[in-house]
This record gives sequence, C-alpha cells and structure tokens, in this order.
Amino acid sequence: MGMGMAAETQFHVLAVDDSQFDRKLIERLLKISSYQVTVVDSGSKALELLGLYEDEERNSNSASVSPYHNLRRDHVEVNLIITDYCMPGMTGYDLLRKIKESESLKDIPVVIMSSENVPSRINRCLEDGAEDFFLKPVQLSDVKKLKPHLMKGRYKEETDHQQFNSNKRKSIEEIDSSTDRTRCRYNDELDTDTS
Amino acid sequence: MDLVQLQRQFVDYTTSLFNEGFLDDQFNQLQQLQDESNPDFVVEVVSLFFEDSERHLNELTQSLEQQNIDFKRIDAHVHQLKGSSSSIGAQRVQKECINFRGYCEEKNIEGCRKCLQQVKHEYVLVKNKLETLFKLEQQIIAAGGSI
Repeated sequence: MGMGMAAETQFHVLAVDDSQFDRKLIERLLKISSYQVTVVDSGSKALELLGLYEDEERNSNSASVSPYHNLRRDHVEVNLIITDYCMPGMTGYDLLRKIKESESLKDIPVVIMSSENVPSRINRCLEDGAEDFFLKPVQLSDVKKLKPHLMKGRYKEETDHQQFNSNKRKSIEEIDSSTDRTRCRYNDELDTDTS
Repeated sequence: MDLVQLQRQFVDYTTSLFNEGFLDDQFNQLQQLQDESNPDFVVEVVSLFFEDSERHLNELTQSLEQQNIDFKRIDAHVHQLKGSSSSIGAQRVQKECINFRGYCEEKNIEGCRKCLQQVKHEYVLVKNKLETLFKLEQQIIAAGGSI
C-alpha cells in the first residue's frame, strides 16, 4: 500500500487486476499521476479491503445514520476503483454490480478496463454504473481522465444524484468517440465480435 | 567505443527496431513512465513480460500436444500474451497472437501449431533485440552518459 503524505488531499485509487504484469503498469500510471494506490489481484480481495460484510443485504435494510456503519471497522477509504473486466471468479462487471448494490459503497466511482473492444460490453458496464471504460493498454492520457470522476465523487457526497445522471450521459458520448479512435488499432477484433 | 558513439549507436538501434516493426509507440509510452524515482521501470516491466510470455508459451506447447485439445484454454493463454505484448509495444508478437486466436476460433489444430511456432519465433527475436538495447543503455550509463 502507498504511504500518502497528505492523505486528506491525495486521492486514493484501488486497482484490481489478476495479471501481475498489468498490475505493475496500472500502479505506475496511477502513482506517476500522484494518486495514492492500492493494488489487489481479485474482486473478492477488493471487497474485503473495502470492508463489505458477507451479509450486506441484511445490514442495509436496517435504518442507519451513517452509510458506513455496516462496513468492517478496518475498511479502507477509496475515492475510485479501477478494475479489469476479464478476471477469473468475480469479473470486473460482477465487482461493479456488487459495489453499486451496496448502500455504503455505491457512490464510489468505478472505471472498467479491458483489452477487448466489445461495444455491448462497454455499454452494459456504463449502464450499470461504471463512470468510464478504458481499452488496454491503458495510457497516461486515460488516467488523466480520472480526475473529473474523482472530483465528482467528492462533490456528490454533499449533493444529490442529478449531477451524476448528466455526467453519465457525457461519459457515453466520450466513450463513443474514444472507441472510434481505437477502432483503427483493433479492427481485426471487431470482425470477430459476435455478442 | 566512446560515449558519443555509444549514444549514436543506441539511437540508430532504437530507430531500426521501430522501423522494422519490432516495437511500436506503446514502448515510448513506457519510457515516459520511467524517471529518477523509478529508473528501472522499463527493464522491470519488460522482464515481467519475458517471464509471463515464457510461461504462456510453455503452456501453449503442452496444450497443443494433448490428445484432446482444449481450445478455450489455448485461447485464454493467447489472449493474455496478446495483451502483454501489446502493452509493451511488441507489435510483431501481438500480430501473430491475433492470427493465432483466429485459428483457435476455427479449431484449426495445424493452424494453431504453425502459429505457435511463429509466435515463438517473433518472441525470441524481440527478446534478443530488447536485451541488446538494454545492454547498450548500461554501457552508456557506465560511460557516464544518460539516455
């Protein structure tokens, strides 16, 4: 785990990827962009770190003052989660769903990464709450796009969800233009897209 | 060889690797992630790529020697190899992986076997080129220069 010097002002990003190689890359990309970084190799490890109980449903039904009361005491505060899509066991999409279904964690922005350009996959992730979708190999320019999602996450803690919906529409537009950009690199794969 | 000559050789060698398609712009992206606080980043990442690749290539060799070929498993390994080669800019390896996945989809055993040979060939080539490049770098640094 990184040792954030000014933990209050530095954003903390949790990165999830089952490939050691990809973990090294994303960690470096995030650190060089001045984020505090924690990297884990699975969705279940991510949920453990985030403090989610096994019986989250039961806890979320009870009335509570703070949305964080049903997390484990030793949970880690993160400002954004960036996860690979294709992982054994719990996929990035499964992780996204679990986070968005959790009262305590649903406001944490989630970004999905994948080496495959599958429009139906991308749209499904965005529709189910992902802020953005990065095609691998992830670039520094992609990581630079995280800032507004992180700022919005902080802002949303004090406001309502209307801002969220308008930004989601904007993300879909941005993704459309970025898949056009990447279409020329991944042309061959598009022909085999059957989903 | 003096420092200026070494640096010239380094630039020429790097240029040739790009011109011959061994490396693409993604390799430049990696260089941008290296700085004084992480001076060995590129070497570390490339070493991980070598380890990963050799593991996948061994698995692929074994999988293609089985009586019953598990194309799903083969595709998974090729997918990973394609991903990591693309991430370091090993363009020729990546291209062979794309072909390989095509044969996997067709369940074409001969095609897969031939492709595996091609991937291995390109992998060995780029590995040698990168190791040569890193050696040149070390010589430059030892001679008091920087990249």
